[in-house]
Amino acid sequence: MSGATIRRAAASFAFAVGLPVLIVLGWALATRDTVNLYLPSPARVAQAFVDTWLDPETITGDVLPSLARFGIGVLASIAIGIVAGTVIGSTPWLRALLEPMLEFFRAIPPVVLVPVLMLVLGIGDSMKLAVIISGSVWPVLLNTVEGVRAMDPVLADTSRSYRIRGPLAYRYFILPAASPQIMAGVRLSLAIGLILMVISEMFSSSSGLGFQIVYFQRQYMIAEMWSGTLLLGLVGVVVAAIFTVVERRVLHWYHGSREVARG
Amino acid sequence: MAERSVLLSVQDLKKTYVSATGPVEAIGSITFDVRPGELVCIVGPSGCGKTTLLKCLSGLLAPTAGSVTLDGAPVTEPPRTMAVVFQEYGRSLYPWLTVRDNVALPLRARGVPRAERTTAVERALEEVGLSQVLHKYPWQLSGGMQQRVAIARAVAYQPEILVMDEPFAAVDAQTRADLEDLVRRVWQDLGVTVLFVTHDIDESVYLGERVLVLSSSPTFVQEDLAIDLPAQRDQLSTRALPRFTELRTHVYEQIQRAKRAETAPTP
Repeated sequence: MSGATIRRAAASFAFAVGLPVLIVLGWALATRDTVNLYLPSPARVAQAFVDTWLDPETITGDVLPSLARFGIGVLASIAIGIVAGTVIGSTPWLRALLEPMLEFFRAIPPVVLVPVLMLVLGIGDSMKLAVIISGSVWPVLLNTVEGVRAMDPVLADTSRSYRIRGPLAYRYFILPAASPQIMAGVRLSLAIGLILMVISEMFSSSSGLGFQIVYFQRQYMIAEMWSGTLLLGLVGVVVAAIFTVVERRVLHWYHGSREVARG
Repeated sequence: MAERSVLLSVQDLKKTYVSATGPVEAIGSITFDVRPGELVCIVGPSGCGKTTLLKCLSGLLAPTAGSVTLDGAPVTEPPRTMAVVFQEYGRSLYPWLTVRDNVALPLRARGVPRAERTTAVERALEEVGLSQVLHKYPWQLSGGMQQRVAIARAVAYQPEILVMDEPFAAVDAQTRADLEDLVRRVWQDLGVTVLFVTHDIDESVYLGERVLVLSSSPTFVQEDLAIDLPAQRDQLSTRALPRFTELRTHVYEQIQRAKRAETAPTP
């Protein structure tokens, strides 16, 4: 690596972390000798973070169950969304029949389903999973429908003329063609899934990140509450990073061809 | 089976589209035969329904009336023994598959075993002069090379008839000349029947052993012209032959007449 490259990398790193560092510094200065219960100092929040979330009991009792529900819920949403979306997208009459209704379901804020699902499924894991799936399935499903439908006609003719059909067509033509749209849906589903994971735990729950944050708030353990928010932010960042790695792998051809087209 | 005199037979083919403003007659009535091993060019004024005709021939579009018969069997779906090369090379190759996998996929769909597939793919890419880009993606190649990949895919499919829809309309002149010679060579090497659709008069005369001139829409075959140029063609010397000039002038006049629609719509 040349000196210029290192300098450029250092500069972009400084830009990336510069603002957060400044904000934390400002926050630390403003809360230097505060006794305000609602605005704890960053050091206090950091201490609460270590005490609360690095405790093995919290990790196994709250963090991991939450993450597991999030992971299962989102993976189920993706699987259901892709399979149902592919079937609906490649069956014109089914699409005409279902699309208006799907748009309606997508428009319902998933949070309002929590009381309903609680009545039907109780307050256990299945309710929480149902809440996550009920919200995060739609972006993947609708994007898959659209991706499968809006197929390039030339590529469709090519596949037909070479008699590429059935499972082979789905694997090598239809799903890859729809994959840029599907991945855009997955990105949305992850964000919605994370929100719904927290919300599902805020209603009559006894464990999980959402439960803990509400609990701390009710106990006036404000630093602990903030540390929970911080943890959720970190989870969000890690999820986004994992998504980016997967997306780069799945859509390498898409990014590559677009770069060439722009080039 | 005895020597077949006709491979592809098009009888009174008619295609009418239904549009908001009423039916549009794209193809009036087209009739022609292609013998095995022929290299036939179809040329016509723009908008005369060449692509529609090709889609009907290849089983991608159902004609309104008339019939297409390939090897004695009516064409109702894309036939096993036909390969099609489309104009839009950039959109007819799978961008998520490498060159090798693009060429191999139709063979896989046909159930050709892996070892045989590999050999066929390598041989086809060698035929079009692309052995060195096996593991590249189509979008990493130039337009001319992409169209070579599409031709290699068609060649590897081992069709009895190769149908090409204005395959070189979107490449530059130099590349185009190379690709024209490639088509002649593939036709001679493999003994495959070729049906080549183009709007380029020079190209049709240079490539074809026979040129079908189409009329304006509603389309019929205005002229069926044998091209009596030497079998060994060369971009420089063939195009400099007086006979070449005569033939291209003749086709040009036919196309002009077609545009002015001077001829009565009965072939």
